[in-house]
Amino acid sequence: MALEIRDIHKRFGPVRASDGVTFTVEEGSLHGILGENGAGKSTLMKILSGFYEADSGEVVLDGEVLHLRSPADAIDAGIGMLHQDPLVFLPFTVLDNFALGSPGSMRLDRKAAEAELMRVSGELGFEFDPERLVRDLTVGERQQLSITRLLWLGARVLIFDEPTTGISASQRIQLFDTLRTLAAGGMIVLFVSHKLEEVEALCDSVTVIRRGKVVYEAEMPVASETLVEKMFGNVFVEEERTTVPLGDAMLRVEAATLSEGTTRIEGLDLGIARSEVVGLAGLEGSGQRTLLRACAGLIQPESGSLSVDGIELTRASYREHLAAGVHYLPAGRLEEGLVQGISIAEHLVLASDDTAFFVDWKAADARAGEEIDEYSIKGLPSSAAEELSGGNQQRLLLAMIPDEVKLLLLEHPTRGLDVESAAFVWTRLLERRNHGTATVFASADLDELLNYSDRIIVFFAGSVFAIRTAAEIDGEELGYLIGGKVRA
Amino acid sequence: MTRVRAAVPTLVALALALAVGVALLLVVGAPPLETFRLLVEGSFGSASKISATLLAWSPLLLASAGLVVTFAAGLWNIGVEGQVIMGGIAATWVARTVPGPGWVLIPLMVLAGAVGGLLWAVFAGVLKTHGNVHEIFGGLGLDFVAAGLATYLVIGPWKRAGVASTSGTDIFRPEAWMPEFQAFGVGWPVIPVILGLLSVLVVWMLLRGTLFGLRLKAVGSNPYSSFLLGIPTNRYMLGAFAIGGALAGIAGTVQVAAFHHKLVPAISGGYGFLGILVVLLAGFSAVWIAPIALFFVGISVGSTQLDLQLGLDSAFGGVLQGIIVLFVMFGGAWSVRRASGRLTPQEEP
Repeated sequence: MALEIRDIHKRFGPVRASDGVTFTVEEGSLHGILGENGAGKSTLMKILSGFYEADSGEVVLDGEVLHLRSPADAIDAGIGMLHQDPLVFLPFTVLDNFALGSPGSMRLDRKAAEAELMRVSGELGFEFDPERLVRDLTVGERQQLSITRLLWLGARVLIFDEPTTGISASQRIQLFDTLRTLAAGGMIVLFVSHKLEEVEALCDSVTVIRRGKVVYEAEMPVASETLVEKMFGNVFVEEERTTVPLGDAMLRVEAATLSEGTTRIEGLDLGIARSEVVGLAGLEGSGQRTLLRACAGLIQPESGSLSVDGIELTRASYREHLAAGVHYLPAGRLEEGLVQGISIAEHLVLASDDTAFFVDWKAADARAGEEIDEYSIKGLPSSAAEELSGGNQQRLLLAMIPDEVKLLLLEHPTRGLDVESAAFVWTRLLERRNHGTATVFASADLDELLNYSDRIIVFFAGSVFAIRTAAEIDGEELGYLIGGKVRA
Repeated sequence: MTRVRAAVPTLVALALALAVGVALLLVVGAPPLETFRLLVEGSFGSASKISATLLAWSPLLLASAGLVVTFAAGLWNIGVEGQVIMGGIAATWVARTVPGPGWVLIPLMVLAGAVGGLLWAVFAGVLKTHGNVHEIFGGLGLDFVAAGLATYLVIGPWKRAGVASTSGTDIFRPEAWMPEFQAFGVGWPVIPVILGLLSVLVVWMLLRGTLFGLRLKAVGSNPYSSFLLGIPTNRYMLGAFAIGGALAGIAGTVQVAAFHHKLVPAISGGYGFLGILVVLLAGFSAVWIAPIALFFVGISVGSTQLDLQLGLDSAFGGVLQGIIVLFVMFGGAWSVRRASGRLTPQEEP
């Protein structure tokens, strides 16, 4: 038995998420799929597990071409996927979760299901109380439940998408043992990760994906340097890095503990100066967003203090942060930044501090025309937000930032933008920096981090892993740090 | 051209609704043409029938205008029925306790109705914003409470002298009747119609020309973006409930002061729910409310004739209204699907 992936293509609009992916995984192997954020790993796995249909290409298991139109098709064919957040129904019991989606008639035979649960979980060495609510299980136990269920449904290929997110060290050891047992028993295990160490510790072979293409395939072990280079490509820093002299402290975070979901940043001390640009590096969900949201006042620190330009904001609300000159630009431009069905002119009215009861639409349209020219937005004052391209949405969001901003917080300011739009965004941001605005931005783009930051804060597994001066490190070192390793 | 094309699904839907209505009539053995003639005659066939239709039109306009505001804020205000009832109760209280001439009493009753409806709506709003109770459940629950309160008042504290009957309280003294304008031998509900049309006009202007309206639309379309833009979203949702409730409450005043001249348990007349159908059909915009509401009350008022003349249950009017809304909404969903089928998927890779 072998799993063959043949020339898979999948596009989302202009983005080629899978661009001719081909590779083969043999029976009994523990195979790593490595790549940075947005490389196309998740898309490929969702195609294998039936969540997306490929535009073209074939998935072949044991010599048979599979037609995967839904997750149910994939499971019938023997391919099961464990998602980052195990798909379980929290208010249900362990047994009900196990029996959900079981094949056969509508009638639910609880007795038989329980016997099966005990048999399959026993073979794997898991212990469950069938009547316990899944809500009370740890993430690791929920994974075990999902594995048990998928095996019972006849999975021969198991896909694990970033399975170590949010589980403890001991659970990780147990998970890795399970994966080894499964592979030794003749299954195909795909381990999707961007954590170098885990792939090195666990996998027999590895496929590296970058920009939707397979760029490297090898049997393990392989030198870390090779993997880093293949994952991130050659990173080069532009020569014309500009800096301005830094001013006094603008943002001051002292002994702060920030917590949100599975992310927990403890005892963070951070001072950011007027005119300083700080890049937040790290894999998605490593804590960058938590820091930005805490600085914006969207989550309150559990302890410690936070102030902006001398104004104490530790317990202040989001709107008090706004009033103090903090501005936050989230990653979801159309989900968190703009409002669908509302035009460019209307957005600029909403963002302005004009509070007249009746809106002067003539003046609003005129002002929108000016901003459209100034920010080179391709659209009309009456264009709705959803009609704009991603780059133009970002330009509109930039136009909506008030003039007097002390601290600008940005999530992925150029994600998905073409080169020209990205350069435009940074020209505007650096103008603001030159006028004293302190800037903190999260990015997955190493070039962007190295080019524009004064300092880079690297997050790993939900905490601050390293803080470096950007001019003193190169792309390779940053790649190591993001993968949770310090270069020897 | 694009306007004409945009209207095509609606026209097709109306034609289909008509066809289904005719089919239903044939199934029950009623003559379709005669039925529709009776519907029109029953609502617009004489001066007194036109007057009755206009009197029913007014509270429906008020309730629908209020619903446009809450829909703009993204809220499913199912509690309009209750808000109409509470407006009627508050107006009745004024009529029963405040002495004085009509020109004092009537404005006071309108004000009281507005306050009654407003408080009831804001109650549902606070349950949502501060109690995390979805407005559909809060509103529906409060509908039942208000209906129960009206029944209790009618057979309890405000019962007619000597007899407790669900047929209503004592008739108000004449000063508490909304004055009618006499012409063509019948009285015309001029004040209710003015209140109704004014409410539509005010709501249209509010949503079109004011910062409040713009912010309300933003909150309705994307509360999270609006919050990040610095809009106090809860306050705006409560504001929408307050306006919607006040207008519904005035509809209650019209019901007690211009139609029944007393409080009855079924004082809301079903206008809260009918208003939802009107606003759905109007595409959530104030512009088309007036003609659509007139069409709907025409069917409601006219259908009472069916019973007398054809032995057909007057519920047929409601069936017809429901079919029209279902088909038009289906047509709308279909045209959206057709349009979006041409777009490329916008999923994140």
